[in-house]
Parts: sequence; C-alpha cells; structure tokens
Amino acid sequence: MLRNRRSDILVAYLLTAPFIAVYAWLFLWPTIQMVMLSFTDAPLIGAGKSVGLSNYTRMFADPVFHKAVWNTAYFVALTVIPGTAIALLIALMVARLSGWLQSLVLAAFFLPYILPVTVVYVIWDWLTNVQFGMMQGLIEWVTGRPVNIWRTVPWFMPGVAIITIWWTNGFSILLFLAGLRNIPRDLYEAAALDGATRWQMFCRITWPLIWPITVLCLTIQLILQLKIFDQVYLFAMGGRTQATMVLVQYIFEQAFQKNAGGYAATIAVALFVIVVAFSILQFQILRIRGQR
Amino acid sequence: MTGATTDGQSTSLGYMRRTPGGVLLTLLTLIAAATWFFPIYWAVMTSLRSDSDTVTDFGLIPANPTLEGYIFDIVHSELPIWYLNSTITSVGVTVAVVFMSACTGFAISQLRFPGRMLLWWTILASFMVPVTALIVNHFIIMANVKLLNTHLGIILPMLISPVTVIVYKQFFDGLPKEFREAAVMDGATELQVFLRVFLPMNWGVTTALAIITFIGSWNAFLWPFLVSQDEKMMTVTVGITAVQDAFGVAFGRVLAGAVLASLPVALAYLLFQRRVTQAIALSAGIKG
Repeated sequence: MLRNRRSDILVAYLLTAPFIAVYAWLFLWPTIQMVMLSFTDAPLIGAGKSVGLSNYTRMFADPVFHKAVWNTAYFVALTVIPGTAIALLIALMVARLSGWLQSLVLAAFFLPYILPVTVVYVIWDWLTNVQFGMMQGLIEWVTGRPVNIWRTVPWFMPGVAIITIWWTNGFSILLFLAGLRNIPRDLYEAAALDGATRWQMFCRITWPLIWPITVLCLTIQLILQLKIFDQVYLFAMGGRTQATMVLVQYIFEQAFQKNAGGYAATIAVALFVIVVAFSILQFQILRIRGQR
Repeated sequence: MTGATTDGQSTSLGYMRRTPGGVLLTLLTLIAAATWFFPIYWAVMTSLRSDSDTVTDFGLIPANPTLEGYIFDIVHSELPIWYLNSTITSVGVTVAVVFMSACTGFAISQLRFPGRMLLWWTILASFMVPVTALIVNHFIIMANVKLLNTHLGIILPMLISPVTVIVYKQFFDGLPKEFREAAVMDGATELQVFLRVFLPMNWGVTTALAIITFIGSWNAFLWPFLVSQDEKMMTVTVGITAVQDAFGVAFGRVLAGAVLASLPVALAYLLFQRRVTQAIALSAGIKG
C-alpha cells in the first residue's frame, strides 16, 4: 500500500481539518485563554492588567467560594451514591419483566432523562408550589405544614438532589440493564439447582458481575454532578443565591452579573482542575478494569 | 451489540417470575413505575386545564379539558420563533458533530499520517475536560467575532464532542481490514472507501449518535442561555422559563409550553427507542 501513502496523508488531513480547526479555536484556545485571564483583573469584555496571583489568593480566602465548593460536594454526596443505588434497584426490578410490560415500565423510568432541564424545572416547580402543588400534601404529612422548598435553605439541596436523581437516573438504569443482560443465565440455573436462595444469588452472582458497571455509573455521575448548574440556578431564580451557590453558578455570577472576567476565570480554573483530577481517577479505574 | 437492545427480551433473572413473591414484586415494580412517571403525567394533565382550573381542579383527569394554554403559547408568546431557533441550532449541531466525528474517526482508525497519535491523545484527554469551565472564554470569543445572539454563536461551542469521535474510531477499528483492502485493490480512493464502504456499514451507529446528539443539543441550557440574550434568539429550552416569568401564576400555559418544548425529544425517543439505548451504551463504552 506504499503507492498511495502520499495521498493517504492528504486525505487524512482533509478529513480531520474541520475537526482540528474547531478544536483548536473553541477548545485549546479558550483553555489557554482561561488560564491567562485568571492572572488579570479584566472585565468580561475588554482588556485588564496583570495582577499576578492575587485572584488565586482572593479565591482561597473567599467565603462564597468555600460555600460553593462545599455545596457542590454536598450535592455530589446527595446524588451520586444514592442515585446509583436507586438505579440498580430499578434495573433489577425491570430486568425481571419481559416483553411489552418491560418496555412500558422501562419507558416510564427512562422518559424523564430525555426532558430539557427547564421542563424538569417547570414540572417540579408546579408540583412543589407552596399553595397549589400536589407534593405539598406529602410534605405537610411529614412536617405538619407546607414548605416553600426553594426558599428554605436546608430543603433546597436535598430537593434539587431528588429531582436530579429523578431526571438523570434513566442513563444509569440503561447501563445496569445492559450489564444484567450479559450475565449468563446458566449461572442462575446452576445456583438454583444447588439450592441457593435469591439473596445468595444476588450476593454471589449478580453483584460481583455487575460491580464494574456500578463503578462506571458512579464515576460518570460524579463527574457529571460536579458540573451542576442548571437546576440549582433555575430553582434559586428570583431568590437569594449565596447560601445555595455551586461552583459553576459562581463562575456565572462573577462573569455575567459582576462583570469580573478575571476572577470568574480563576474559579473556572479551580473547577477545571477538580474535574480533571476526578476524570484521571476515573480513567485509571476504567483502565484497571480493561486490563483484567 | 446485544446488550444495547433493551426491549422485548427477558434476562437471566426472568425465569424466577411466577411465584407469589414474584407477582408481588411485579406489582411493586408497576407502582414504582407509575409513581416515577406521575410528574410527567400531572404536567400533561395540568397543561390541558385552563389557568383558573389548575388551582381548583385537582382530579386525575381534567374536568374541563381545553387546549387554551397551547393556543395561547403559540399565538401570544415567541414560542414559534424559539422552535425555529431550536430546530436550526440542533440540526446544525447534529449534522456538524456527526460529520466531523465520522471523518476524524475514520482518519484516525484507517489512515496513517504524521500527528495521528497526537490527535488521538488530544481527543482522549479532552474527554476529561469540563467544557462548562470554558463558558467565560467561549463568551469572549463569540463576542469578539460578533456572533452573540446568532444561530452560529449558539452552535459553535456545542461542537466540542470527543465522545462521538471515540465511538466512531472504535467502531471503524472493529471492521475487518479486508473491506478496505478489497476496495483499494479495485482502485477506490480513500475518500471513496470512507463514503461508499465504511459509512454505509454503520448507518445504525450514525443514526444512534445523531439522535442522541440532537436530543442533547435541543436540551442544552447553559450555553444557549448565555449567548442568546435577545428574546428572539432564544431556543425553546431557554425560552419556556421566560414564559413563566412573563405569565406569573398561569400554570396551564407554562406547562403547555413545557409539553411543547419536550415534544420533539420525547418523539425522537419513543420512535427510536432502540437507537437511543444503543447510543447510551456506546458512549459509555459498553459494547454488550
């Protein structure tokens, strides 16, 4: 195949050119620009002067930044492990069914996943409306009085977490179902012949074989939820945001509401470093899994 | 790719079903599914009520069903324009992402050229990078080239999608080398090999990726929200919260807007259920 090696190279560059152009312009360049911007006091649009590391010293001492990191971590804790556990439970329930019943039940669990976040917000804002929401009956039954969830700080994050689990769980459910399907049926038949109970089958067969998928779901969810913004922003809209601030929201606020491009870029660098660190961790886990 | 199909086949656990405990479990599953689905059901029912009925009629089925919320949204809000904006941007993103990813995936998988590994590692590395962190600089770049409040300005930063390239590359890697060699023997150029042999062999993957890219860009919120400050440039996903602000307490109209906003993605899912499932399994790296 040596004869057309030259034309091979030409075709390769032709095919990759659009992709490389977009990547260089809208991925590599903004990444470099973000770091550069974080050393300046620039507004959102326009030049600023270099201020060295002062944005970083400011950030590490900034109580709102601390709050945002804490809230983001809190949100991750509320969603990642509980969400994955619920997804596994649902997948186990759906996997038992077959035929049209399975399709129907799966669709009911999966449909929220494909909704736009604003639709999710509108639906739940209505359900939890303090005067007319259907959910207030349930809330009143627990607390004895209706609660304005989105204006009550201790309720806010758990509320957003529950809605997020409802919204995004379809993804993990599908992955778990794919994993459950790959478990050979004869394993269960053999175990049944040996008189194993259901619980033993779950512990000795299902759980070990589904564990890699569990790790995959956990890491995907972790990285996704670190970038939480949409739901928190929408539910806090029109109220005070400081107490429920998350990282991306703080970038947004500094850049687009306080016109502090330089400081916003500094927080963006922090988010960038956090997510990349967790992604490398994920990559390592997946690699170890791949080697086995 | 058997793991990617979800409906219509029972799994290894299926044979345990017909016991009293099994029937009870099935019943519990149905109740759980109904509960999970209830918010969507309730949203659709509310959208079929007049605004005054939404706060007085709490029956499971509307006493006086009406389409007035829908009609109001279509006639008195910018919804039709938002729909157009969403369609233009989502189709734009989908076509561009699928096209660029297929070309790049093919080149990296099948052709040998200087810089190939560098490109591949850049793509793998970018998979880890949160594009969300780049919003400030995307905004600055789009402002500099005067693309704020334009369709192109909404589309461009959404084209960063390393996963689709990775899926294509892996798919092309899996195809037998003989296909390419035979075609080259017959005098086909690499470009012809790509367009006539490799792409047609994976229409399934292409459709799956296209559908999920479309759903993703239709649903995108943060970037379109930042870049479209003019109400006439908003996408549906961004716009329906504007409806809510403008209407005050008018749940019928607001939820009618929500139903209309989700209609294209809901239909895409219901019509191409298998493809959506396949795309999700592919992008998570599970090959079934």
